[in-house]
Amino acid sequence: MQEGTPIIEFKNVNKVYPNGTVGLDNINLTINKGEFVVIVGLSGAGKSTLLRAANRLHDVSDGEILIDGQSIVSAKGKQLREVRRNIAMIFQNFNLVKRSTVEKNILNGRVGYYPTWKTIFGLFSAADKQQAAANLQRVNLGEKLYSRADELSGGQQQRVAIARALMQEPKIMLADEPIASLDPRTTMMVMDDLKKLNEELGITVVVNLHSVSLAKQYASRVVGLRAGKLVYDKQIGDVQDGDFDEIYDGKNQEVKEA
Amino acid sequence: MNTIPKKSFAQKWHVKAIVWTVIVLALFIASCSVTGVDVGVFLTGFNQFMQIFYEMLKPDWSYVPFTVQPIIQTIQMALIGTLIGSIVAVPFSVLAARNIVTNPAIRGIIRFILNLVRTLPDLMLAAIFVAVVGIGPMAGVLTLAIFSFGMISKLFYEAIETIDMGPIEALTAAGATKTQVVWFAVLPQVYNHFLSYFLYTFEINVRASTILGYLGAGGIGELLQRSLGQFRYDRTAIVVIGTFIVVVVVDTLSNQLRERLQ
Repeated sequence: MQEGTPIIEFKNVNKVYPNGTVGLDNINLTINKGEFVVIVGLSGAGKSTLLRAANRLHDVSDGEILIDGQSIVSAKGKQLREVRRNIAMIFQNFNLVKRSTVEKNILNGRVGYYPTWKTIFGLFSAADKQQAAANLQRVNLGEKLYSRADELSGGQQQRVAIARALMQEPKIMLADEPIASLDPRTTMMVMDDLKKLNEELGITVVVNLHSVSLAKQYASRVVGLRAGKLVYDKQIGDVQDGDFDEIYDGKNQEVKEA
Repeated sequence: MNTIPKKSFAQKWHVKAIVWTVIVLALFIASCSVTGVDVGVFLTGFNQFMQIFYEMLKPDWSYVPFTVQPIIQTIQMALIGTLIGSIVAVPFSVLAARNIVTNPAIRGIIRFILNLVRTLPDLMLAAIFVAVVGIGPMAGVLTLAIFSFGMISKLFYEAIETIDMGPIEALTAAGATKTQVVWFAVLPQVYNHFLSYFLYTFEINVRASTILGYLGAGGIGELLQRSLGQFRYDRTAIVVIGTFIVVVVVDTLSNQLRERLQ
């Protein structure tokens, strides 16, 4: 695992927001294929910014980010969309289209593989529709295919979001606080789903978490951010309990967001 | 010990309120004399009004069959006009929404066009279109289409600006094009708003199209004009009653439907 091939490389990445806030401060980080990386840190430490820089939902101020050897910082148009296609993402608020059916939401993950006009007329191939149903079964929600997304509970919505992400046939799965809006039981289900993708499909997973205990339970590698700086980076075997005090600046508390 | 602060002279005698009252009164009287409005005329003309009202109390029921066709035409005009206007409004609203189009120049131009369209009063549009395409329902449909376009595009882009941005982020992250993002993440969220605004504009257009006929733009308004011109107030009464029934029925139906959309 330690000697794998790099799949995400941050090189001297800085991000300063227009109002002067420093989001990322000279980040150098290489994530290898097949890793399960958990990023920890306080709210506002730059975890979300780092994740969103990787698929360029946020532009960085300077520095270089390589995805599978290809720069996403300088990619444009079709090229950028094709890089993004390989990077799936799930979110704290699930980000499903609530008024659409589960099936439509899952197929939304596939639109990057089609020309625009085909998707507008709903011309998804039979194979992709089949795949959508299969991905839903994979997260144990097979019978919800034709339900509206807002009829589902939070945990179910997050698993639909995972099924949608899988439609991209991604090499990388980014997860931004995927369990912050969920109860403890569904938290386990979602984290188990992510672990399975990592182990069975070989997808590289990068997760932002507030919870230190979950980080220790699921991660193969833990990265810590504080005030936009990378302050911690260890394989799971080397992680000591006291380390987290350092990341959280002397306060080892599990900060929970609403 | 508490001392109550003393009111200043201006506060004590309500100087501000008195000055404003005097100014408003002066403006009112000045405007009347400049425009030649004589409030008295309204009162002396009241007899005339009562005379017409009295004649309208005896509606000419035999006139009813002649009003059916124009009433149907009025509704058809409103429907077609609203449909054309609202469909054309969709792309414009998307381009005018702050959260979809980040380029202020494009948005500014689109909004300027929309504002321009909205400043045109429907009666003026009708007068122009009657001159351009001639007397008849075509002029009415064009008028209502442009009027609906101006109204719906404004309501609709404001609705788009309130949507949940999450799905947009999700589609973008999946490698979708801008058009795909709009189609799959934006429009499904505002579909109900769109239907609701469509019905609302349809209501307004039914009311408006009764007047448009007065300018020769088709519909029940033509009969209104004709009966008034012939001093047949008994027929005017029928037209007014018919219009009233149609407006009430359309309003009720549309309100029912819109409530179900919530």
